Amino acid sequence: MLDSASKDDQRTVEFRGGGFAPQSKRWVGFVVFIVLISGIELGTRTGFITSLMLPRPSDVLATFVELWKSGLLWKHLIPSLSRLAVGAVIGASAGIGVGILIGLFSLARASLIPIVAAIFPIPKIALLPLFVIWFGIDEASKYALIAFGTFTPTVVAAYGAVDNVDRTLIRMGQSFSLSWFSIVTKIVLPGAMPGILSGLRVSFAIAIILLVAAEMLGAEYGIGAYILEAGSLYDLERLFVGVTILSILGVGVSAVIGLIENRLLKWRI
Amino acid sequence: MDPPLISFTNICDFAMELRLENIGHYYGDMEVLQGIDLDIPAGKIVCVVGPSGCGKSTLLRLVGGLEKPTSGRVVQMGQAPSASINPLTYVFQDFALLPWRTVEGNISLVLEDHGIKGADMEAVISDVLARTKLSDFRKALPKQLSGGMKQRVAIARALAVKPAVMLMDEPLSALDSQTRELLMDDLVDLWTREPFTAVYVTHNLGEAVRIGHSIVVLSRRPGRICEVVEINKPLEQRQLGDADLEQQQKHLWNLMRDEAKAADMELMDA
Repeated sequence: MLDSASKDDQRTVEFRGGGFAPQSKRWVGFVVFIVLISGIELGTRTGFITSLMLPRPSDVLATFVELWKSGLLWKHLIPSLSRLAVGAVIGASAGIGVGILIGLFSLARASLIPIVAAIFPIPKIALLPLFVIWFGIDEASKYALIAFGTFTPTVVAAYGAVDNVDRTLIRMGQSFSLSWFSIVTKIVLPGAMPGILSGLRVSFAIAIILLVAAEMLGAEYGIGAYILEAGSLYDLERLFVGVTILSILGVGVSAVIGLIENRLLKWRI
Repeated sequence: MDPPLISFTNICDFAMELRLENIGHYYGDMEVLQGIDLDIPAGKIVCVVGPSGCGKSTLLRLVGGLEKPTSGRVVQMGQAPSASINPLTYVFQDFALLPWRTVEGNISLVLEDHGIKGADMEAVISDVLARTKLSDFRKALPKQLSGGMKQRVAIARALAVKPAVMLMDEPLSALDSQTRELLMDDLVDLWTREPFTAVYVTHNLGEAVRIGHSIVVLSRRPGRICEVVEINKPLEQRQLGDADLEQQQKHLWNLMRDEAKAADMELMDA
């Protein structure tokens, strides 16, 4: 019975699994960029996009090359990079330190979490005048602003990461009579590393935003100063050069963290 | 290392025994253990079985000092052998290996803190890896290992600190049945070559009759000792499917069935 029926009426069972597993394909990103930029280029050349709406990408490139040749690029970039590095490193280290304290000690947790929650939503740029009064108009106030802005998201990421360390691993450490210090350095910190690093991605992006803000409010050189100057002159080519540099900076920072993750977190599945 | 020498050193090792005196334990208002009196004789494996939620794992944590009993105490009788680095050593159900350390790194972790380094550490690691048949996997990371291999690493790590008593919390429960069988043989092998003292918690009665010298049956919550079953047949002569072991297993199941059923219902009420 079954035989005769199945001979006449056969079909392959339809595939309905798969999907929901996005993979990153490197070249697609480049293609999207190239298509977008060449579209704008085409639009500005045909007059579909007027030069008031968007600068021509080739002009932006030419302005960038000019900036490079004149040597001004490095004059702007180097102070910016050093501000970013100093501020972000101070903020991130302090953030990781305080985050770990919160993750380890009840007293630190009880006293510091409310403070962190209270300062997290303050736009740090609003505090720049205060920092200028405290640290002077020079570099120190810029470092402070960037450090302060990097600090809060790092704290939150770090204590969350410590909280998420597998407690069974800590019990294991205790069951082998490891010292408290060993448990912290050999179990808690490596276990919190993935969470801390992904928190740093966010923190460093915030650091770049604050870098520009700090430089807009009083700096002779720096990407922020360059953008501010271009903006006040409505020089869109230069504005876009500045913005592009920031984007590249962001991509670069993210790539560096990606490299660190690949090195430190090889053990992850 | 010739066998007579090993057994001689082990007779010395057997100085330490554990005694549980009237142990009772509460989680909040819930009584999980009640009036547990138990001796853990040296050189024997004591299995603890019971329905789920009867507090067998809690009992094990109390024995090794990872938790404090609400009442009663765990007494260590006699000195742990001087070579023992960590007298009460656990093997956990979920292995508890550090994923960022290699096999040898996971073993060196527990030696570093006790001042064993260099050639001494090297010798201990090589020895325990050889005993657990892991010598080829020294540099592997846990993620590269199967469940059975991970538990072997955890057992190697436990052996490295020369425990006086091994506290094994469902060590085979996270493994599939074939791997479990293989690892069971390895455990029996380890014990016959160099007898150790162990408390072995499991919900698997088959495991209990294979590896236990005595089997403690706990009631459902609050856990009390229902019965202690002694099995006199030597470990190395016990085989999967032995008629007398089957008989013992059936006896244990009869003791536990109603308790297990009640425990199951209790969970549904909650």
